[in-house]
Amino acid sequence: MALAKRIIPCLDVDKGRVVKGVQFVDIRDAGDPVEVARRYNSEGADELTFLDITATHEGRDTIVHVVEQVAGEIFIPLTVGGGIRTVEDVRMMLNAGADKVAINSAAVANPEFVREAAEKFGNQCIVVAIDAKQVAGKTDDQPPRWEIFTHGGRKPTGIDAIEWSKKMVSYGAGELLVTSMDNDGVKNGFDLPLTRTISDNVAVPVIASGGVGNLDHLAEGVIEGHADAVLAASIFHFAEYSIGEAKRHMADKGIEMRL
Amino acid sequence: MTLSTPSTLSTTVAVIDYGMGNLHSVAKALEHADTHAKVLVTSDKQQIASADRVVLPGVGSIRDCIGEMERLDLIDTIKQAAASKPFLGICIGMQALMTHSAENDGVNCLDIIPGEVERFADQLSDPLASEAADNHLKIPHMGWNQVNQQIKHPLWQNIPQNQRFYFVHSYFVVPQSPEPIAGSTVYGHPVCVALAQENIFATQFHPEKSSDAGIQLFANFIGWDGTYNSSGC
Repeated sequence: MALAKRIIPCLDVDKGRVVKGVQFVDIRDAGDPVEVARRYNSEGADELTFLDITATHEGRDTIVHVVEQVAGEIFIPLTVGGGIRTVEDVRMMLNAGADKVAINSAAVANPEFVREAAEKFGNQCIVVAIDAKQVAGKTDDQPPRWEIFTHGGRKPTGIDAIEWSKKMVSYGAGELLVTSMDNDGVKNGFDLPLTRTISDNVAVPVIASGGVGNLDHLAEGVIEGHADAVLAASIFHFAEYSIGEAKRHMADKGIEMRL
Repeated sequence: MTLSTPSTLSTTVAVIDYGMGNLHSVAKALEHADTHAKVLVTSDKQQIASADRVVLPGVGSIRDCIGEMERLDLIDTIKQAAASKPFLGICIGMQALMTHSAENDGVNCLDIIPGEVERFADQLSDPLASEAADNHLKIPHMGWNQVNQQIKHPLWQNIPQNQRFYFVHSYFVVPQSPEPIAGSTVYGHPVCVALAQENIFATQFHPEKSSDAGIQLFANFIGWDGTYNSSGC
């Protein structure tokens, strides 16, 4: 009897619609977050993450309705990220039915926001997203070093990713979502040394993200990356693999899963 | 003219709202479990007192939780409900039933079920960890863990032994006597995660986040008459 490692499908939402092609033959409207959430839930997803990529301020209200609708009928944990900048944003998402919010660039711009949000709503609902790129040890003989990048990986901050992770936990993050900006979208697997170094250095659960191309990558994230949960988008959206298949594959590798 | 009579099947469930965050999921999941149930999210003493059954949910810290109950003058109302009708405590709502919690440097709780609330040790390790995983256990205990039913109880009806439920907590209850333990899991060591005492049932896990198994537990609660005889099972 042991705690299961989690699989978390991530849905990109723009103006209330799921984008980046969700290809399920038996779904009538692949852009409807509720339909997609329902499908992932029935396949055994352990949690769901919605990433709001709506660029305009006016479009942002729609994510609240998405969360309300999904939370009204899918009874597994929901995380919402993208554009969470104020305590009021956090409150709005939690009131709509989200269980956690993922804070990304706002944490870099103002670390005190993480502390404030954790104190108000509890550590358990504050996920800090760590977007990191390797800046040393890749092609040179230096020890590996990763830095926090913002703006989708374009803007360096000079902040060491491991130190930043520890700081965010001390500020009240209840979970860390670690994305390798080197590997994101490349489908060669997670950055395992990055994931493992962070996971071994913090007391809170770590979600590995960025780079999943096949089911072995998910298992490696746990076994070699020491991740507590793995997040993936495209391999599930394009119906390359079902969540059930992914879980069975990980269980076959000796990982404790909820099947 | 015929007057419509209220359905005798309809039951009122009061979800106690003491200002501690998101009760949306609890209320929605209860409604989902039984579409005939009338679910009220309320801090109104009268409504809680007249409800057929009561749910005490909770997130956040125990000091804020007990503090808000005091501020809203709900302590007696909650104790009254816990003494008289089907009553379900969830997460912090379970911990609040105990005598005392170690959280926030020590907080006196409702003392409805004798026992303490303790924190998971910082260096928790899993002695049974397979080679596929490291044995360093994270805090909070977050995710889906198995619940071993220690007793037969109406709320476990149609829920398989060792079913997984969703947890997120850093503190856990240690009842004074093993008698009220209804379910346990293992996280570094055995942990009591469900309590049963007469008309009270309480879970450390979140039924409202535990998919079908959680909905089943809510349906069982809504159908429960509140009787449970520990020696009779």
